Amino acid sequence: MADAVCFQTIAVLADRLKAGELSAVELMQAVIARTRAVDPMVKAFNTCDEADALAQARASDARRAAGQARGLLDGIPVGLKDVIAVRDQPLTASSRMLADFISPYDATVTQRLKAAGAVLWGRLNLDEFAMGSSTENSAFGPTRNPWDLTRVPGGSSGGSAAALAAGAVTATLGSDTGGSIRQPAALCGVVGLKPSYGLVSRYGLVAYASSLDQIGPFARTVEDAAILLGAIAGHDPLDSTSFRTDIPDYRAVAGAAPRPWRIGIPKEYFGEGLDSEVAEAVQRAIAFYQSVGCEIHEVSLPHTSYCLDTYYIIATAEASSNLARYDGIRYGHRSRQADDIVGLYEKSRAEGFGAEVKRRIILGTYVLSSGYYDAYYLRAQKVRTLIRQDFLQAYGQVDALLTPTSPVPAFKLGEKSDPLAMYLCDIYTIGANLAGLPAISVPCGFTRAGLPVGLQLIGRPFQEADLLAIARSYEQAHDWHRRYPTIR
Amino acid sequence: MSSVPHIDIDHVAKLARLALTPAEKEDFSRQLGDVLRHIEQLRRVDVGAVEPTAHAFPVHNVWAADEPQDGLPVAAALRNAPAQRQNMVAVPKVVE
Repeated sequence: MADAVCFQTIAVLADRLKAGELSAVELMQAVIARTRAVDPMVKAFNTCDEADALAQARASDARRAAGQARGLLDGIPVGLKDVIAVRDQPLTASSRMLADFISPYDATVTQRLKAAGAVLWGRLNLDEFAMGSSTENSAFGPTRNPWDLTRVPGGSSGGSAAALAAGAVTATLGSDTGGSIRQPAALCGVVGLKPSYGLVSRYGLVAYASSLDQIGPFARTVEDAAILLGAIAGHDPLDSTSFRTDIPDYRAVAGAAPRPWRIGIPKEYFGEGLDSEVAEAVQRAIAFYQSVGCEIHEVSLPHTSYCLDTYYIIATAEASSNLARYDGIRYGHRSRQADDIVGLYEKSRAEGFGAEVKRRIILGTYVLSSGYYDAYYLRAQKVRTLIRQDFLQAYGQVDALLTPTSPVPAFKLGEKSDPLAMYLCDIYTIGANLAGLPAISVPCGFTRAGLPVGLQLIGRPFQEADLLAIARSYEQAHDWHRRYPTIR
Repeated sequence: MSSVPHIDIDHVAKLARLALTPAEKEDFSRQLGDVLRHIEQLRRVDVGAVEPTAHAFPVHNVWAADEPQDGLPVAAALRNAPAQRQNMVAVPKVVE
């Protein structure tokens, strides 16, 4: 019974809370019990504050009893990737650098979730500073995939995906710089949405690559993702890159009757390196859309093969700049081994950062350094223009693009020890970040070994409503999202 | 770009204010050499007449009303400081 509650959707739980069949405290107690049972195996949580979550749930029940419930999210447990600030709670970015950091303020998304009455539950594990594709780069140890504990959950928002897939929370937020929401969603069999750049405020998000980072939801269904997106989207004066655009009722539009969408299949996304079982599952999804009257067009995004390199120049350059703030002075780890101020910077950073973060800082510093800036960084920014134009040109012909989310299903822990091999995990997701486009991963099947496969839909800028509707029409005709892992 | 990309790891580590161990220097040089060789293919793209993109949707002239607001209280701002004294962050001596 308790476990059944843990796998219900926001939409169902909101109805049950409203009907008085269930209280927020009962729901939270079930989620706590489930977390205690599964997290010693999955290790999705960096920390969780049971007393605080129960207090939030009691407050929700009190509001409801007073006739002041705040809507669908009131009383719903929502987990946050440990790069999203919650006042008076830890904010570690899964780094030794911030191991003891307590956030002095709320991120804008945190404030909006609190205003909506959500019960914030847990600080979820990630690759340190969101740099990675497996959640193995965490200073606090790797998270495991609930479908197979010997495999990774993907990354960098692996904790957000795994906690949800394991039933330890009802929905979560992650951040996506090169695929860090969509790839773990695919590998863990849940829905993950990266919004258009600028739709969701980045205020209070630990910065990795500021021109690419976006916060977005993980959920059991497209409908739940729509509910959560509606709560966090919208202009914020505290983020100067925040975009002014109308925020529709995403849930209502996603549930509207299917239309004969025009769907583009970019041929460059089905080449070498794509696992055959992933390819088969995605081909079946294409056949589904065709069978319900959608037009399927093969399209070309000719600069696709340059996405990965462009990303690793721009993202590491921005990271080297953003992470310069961790110098051991005002907050974060300070070395005890230093004699002078420069030594303090160098040693604090050496002790505080893990290997992948150091690698990316070095690469980013190099591509920005005198003599190399034009050859690497400026050239990458120009190629970024061409990549973006490819997408915008395709949208003259189609409403959305359909691709695999990840070239492979969940891989074994330790399997990709070579950084370049790990970087190739993001090959299908990076384009949407470089072009600022909304993109969603939806479960579309399982491999013969029982590992989830994800389908990616990439939409037009700020047309999340269409994207959600296209994704929901697939989801409603399939039941992949109703399967839950047996964790052992 | 030279034909054989190579990172002068000591120089770059100094610029990045990052103390690396000899083993890290060796590993990163080799691994980032592989990455740079992969990145070399960007040289094939004709970018002659292409404008750079810094942001997908640049927003210009973002103004905020010049109204005084409360900032973080001193205690909250200093809560995470590794060392503090008299409401200030304490640091090693930086002048002779």
